[in-house]
Amino acid sequence: MGFIEKISGPLVIAKDMLGASMYDLVKVGRLKLIGEIIQLKGERAIIQVYEDTSGLRPGESVTSTGRALSVVLAPGLLGAIYDGIQRPLDVIREQRGNFIARGVTAHRINTNKKWKFVPLVKTGAKVSEGDIIGYVQETDLLKHYILVPSGVSGSISSIKSGNFTVDKTVATVKSGEKSIKLSMMQERVVRRASPYRMKGGSSEPLVTGQRVIDTFFPVAKGGTAAIPGPFGSGKTVVQHQLAKWSDADIIIFTATGERGNEVSELLVEFPQLKDPKSGKSLMERTIIIANTSNMPVAAREASIYTGITIAEYFRDMGYSVALMADSTSRWAEAMREISARLEEMPGEEGYPAYLPKRLAEFYERSGRVETLSKKHGAITVIGAVSPPGGDISEPVSQSTLRVTKTFWALDASLANARHFPAINWLDSYSLYLKQLTQWYNKNLGEHFVEQRGEAMRVLQRESELKDIVQLVGIEALPEQEKITLEIGKIIREDFLRQSAFDQIDQYTSMHKQGKMLEVILHFAKRATAAQRAGFATSKMTAMVCRSEISRMKEWPEKETDAKAKALIESIDKEFAALEREAAHEKKEVVE
Amino acid sequence: MRFGIEYRTLESISGPLMVVKNVRRAAYNELVRINLQNGEERLGQVLETSDTYAIVQVFGQTDGLNLRDNSVTFLGETFEFGVTEDMLGRVFDGEGRPIDIKAEVIPETKLDVNGSPMNPTARAVPTDFIETGISAIDGLITLVRGQKLPIFSGAGLQHNALAAQIAKQAQVKGKSSEEFAVVFAGIGITYDDANYFIEEFRTAGSLSRSVTFMNLADSPSIERILTPRLALTTAEYLAFEKSMHVLVILNDMTNYAEALRELSSSRDEVPGRRGYPGYMYTDFASVYERAGILKNKKGSITQLNIVSMPGDDVTHPVPDLTGYVTEGQIFLSRDLQNKGIYPSINPLGSLSRLMNQGIGAGKTREDHRGVSDQLYGAYAKSQEARSLSTIVGMEALSDLDKLYLSFGDSFEKNFIAQKFDERRTIEETLDIGWELLSALPESEMTRISRDFIKKYRKAVK
Repeated sequence: MGFIEKISGPLVIAKDMLGASMYDLVKVGRLKLIGEIIQLKGERAIIQVYEDTSGLRPGESVTSTGRALSVVLAPGLLGAIYDGIQRPLDVIREQRGNFIARGVTAHRINTNKKWKFVPLVKTGAKVSEGDIIGYVQETDLLKHYILVPSGVSGSISSIKSGNFTVDKTVATVKSGEKSIKLSMMQERVVRRASPYRMKGGSSEPLVTGQRVIDTFFPVAKGGTAAIPGPFGSGKTVVQHQLAKWSDADIIIFTATGERGNEVSELLVEFPQLKDPKSGKSLMERTIIIANTSNMPVAAREASIYTGITIAEYFRDMGYSVALMADSTSRWAEAMREISARLEEMPGEEGYPAYLPKRLAEFYERSGRVETLSKKHGAITVIGAVSPPGGDISEPVSQSTLRVTKTFWALDASLANARHFPAINWLDSYSLYLKQLTQWYNKNLGEHFVEQRGEAMRVLQRESELKDIVQLVGIEALPEQEKITLEIGKIIREDFLRQSAFDQIDQYTSMHKQGKMLEVILHFAKRATAAQRAGFATSKMTAMVCRSEISRMKEWPEKETDAKAKALIESIDKEFAALEREAAHEKKEVVE
Repeated sequence: MRFGIEYRTLESISGPLMVVKNVRRAAYNELVRINLQNGEERLGQVLETSDTYAIVQVFGQTDGLNLRDNSVTFLGETFEFGVTEDMLGRVFDGEGRPIDIKAEVIPETKLDVNGSPMNPTARAVPTDFIETGISAIDGLITLVRGQKLPIFSGAGLQHNALAAQIAKQAQVKGKSSEEFAVVFAGIGITYDDANYFIEEFRTAGSLSRSVTFMNLADSPSIERILTPRLALTTAEYLAFEKSMHVLVILNDMTNYAEALRELSSSRDEVPGRRGYPGYMYTDFASVYERAGILKNKKGSITQLNIVSMPGDDVTHPVPDLTGYVTEGQIFLSRDLQNKGIYPSINPLGSLSRLMNQGIGAGKTREDHRGVSDQLYGAYAKSQEARSLSTIVGMEALSDLDKLYLSFGDSFEKNFIAQKFDERRTIEETLDIGWELLSALPESEMTRISRDFIKKYRKAVK
């Protein structure tokens, strides 16, 4: 046990701390505030405290728990809302009221609730770390597998079945002379990645229901994506949309240094929303880690690790997990603040020199893996970045882009024109396209990838033309370019733009996305041909089918096929009529 | 008078900081009284403490302090502020001392000025639409109770008039009988500006419902760290203990940020962008995040903060970090003001993040979302057409572009512009919107559902 020597904000220096280890969790002062040792210097320990240090005095005691910062993992995690160091915010509120109190101790998992444990191994079975010994049907959708914790291996000497609380023994493992009791609960250290057998490339996209993402810039299951943008460009809305509609088994949403009202919005909205596939409440697959901007800064630093460690736990059961981190810039700023208080030599823009390493370590905990129990699980990490002034040449954006493979570039000018999601289609990229091609071919037909490329080319050409229009005006363009501009406009406004608030538009299945693209490109083909035959662009923009294309997003999912077929037919009819009319006029002229 | 341990061991004074040595066990953030030789007292707060020394931040001036004759008393508690309902109608200085010529204020309870972060699970989602009577705000940047929405402005722009108009006109539909209050904190503003607000409140008859804190341009800058916290502590008391709906106006947060920078530089901290401290985001959050509504309390705190952008630069750290914490922004434009448009709100840089919760059938009107999106889109296009026309001339514009161009002009004149004392209902605002949109062809109405077009679109004149 040691004593406080100095306090400066969230940083406390304690003396007489010989014997304490790096990253040990400590209890600081008479309020027993939770902290973590981040530096050792002789008999002094430098501690970052996860709670407000106001009122703390030199001389108060500091005790090490001898254990590193870790999370508690057991049935009961789903639907929970935690702060940055996994304290259940709803329980804290019941205990201490509306405002965050200090020194709260609350069970991180409910230890009173009984779960029905179903064993999956028999007595005598050989087990080791990561093996599944049984499961609990935690929600209708999800079996929560019980894994053998780290450091345990041997043969099962007894295993029970029935209803237990998470802290009760459900199995014993005989390991040499020792007998180890296993409950449904385990702890994992947050700053260390959990082991797996193999990491391998993923060939399946994370389907998000967002057209600009799924069709143009997909992220693979087990992949990484960065979404930088200035304020007001819709980072958080995109993150919320992904959390709502992604086809992952588990969603972990870490609100790191963001707004309190947004978290309360999630808490109200998620239980009411239904998963498009199963029809179950979205909250049943979601875990929220909320360390809002005014909550202690050190806990913000920890929240990202808390989130990813929980993600690894579910991955190890063989699930596909998606983790949204909003925003990694606030996390980096927390690091910077602690670093400055440690008086470390600053790197770029005051950030510590180890910022790129920490970011890389975090993103590298994503991936599709073969777990220790030979199942396949994946963690997809989607990190929002909030660059100052929207300028992504700053260190957090740049270090992030180096380690992520999908880049969704948010654009303030799109947001100002209320084009949402404000993902710029020319600046964004996805490096997963190639490895996902096979999946697209199989699920949407061979033509999809080609059509995507075609649409991209139109957008590229449109942007070049727009530059020219800026100089000479649209009337100076030849007719064939006017068609390109019109098709570009259709793709932008009727495909890329998607409302997050419209009941139907907020989610578009991959199938419907394919159909919409098909219709647009069919129109494009007919229009280009008609233009070559000498028809004015204005004739085509005035067509009924042209305005019907703008209404495709209103099609209910179930009617997609019928509606698409009908629209393609009416496109053909209108163009045929146009040609007939022209032929007729010609004939009249001749006569 | 509070008692505590008194030390005469002042070691140094530099800027607003004072080092006291041989101090044992001063608490972090503890309140300190500085006793001058002439009997005067000043307040300070512990910024760093160790078993041998304490660094104290002095609120107010450091002039007249000397190392030999002065002493400091550690008061054993963090900075607490006495609050009571009787503060309504009163005017205080930046440290919370009454400066109007009225009786002393007897506090009912004392609260920590730093507050505590709200537990996110205790927050209620803000959904009550506040009708400000200003079309540009109600129609496009809808304000809801519990929101924090800054006004991004610049020198010479009419943010004060706008803030005063909102404070005077704002009400929640059907709830006009509820108790409301305005807490105004002048942070480093001129006497004229501060007086303007007091006079506006007086003529509107709402002075008795307001609490005013005044840290003026010539008040000690370090006091500016404290002033918004006193205002918010008062607001929290009125909202959550006295069930009032409180509108807090902090004017101007850029001055606050400069005080923060001054403090940081005198502590020799590593500076971040433009010399502002690296923790400015976190510090801003500790102010802005004190807006909100609690599930089990009646009152609410809505913040309308004024942020002046040095050089009209929205990427300057103060507006930038503000925008990352607040729930949108109202953006004032010099161009519009030069055209004689009041309020000079440019919708294209403005945003209300909580808008969606507060609009629609039963709250404003079913077509609100569509009208708003369409107006935004159309105005953005009109701006494109405008810049195009300056390069290639009107003649080269397509017919559609010409329509958009004239839409843009009438939108600015008829929708955005209104009189300082004009109050439009939300229905009037949306109807003006439809009238303007009706000048555009129906095929351009891609953001509004067909049912609403049928129901609300005006016949083209």
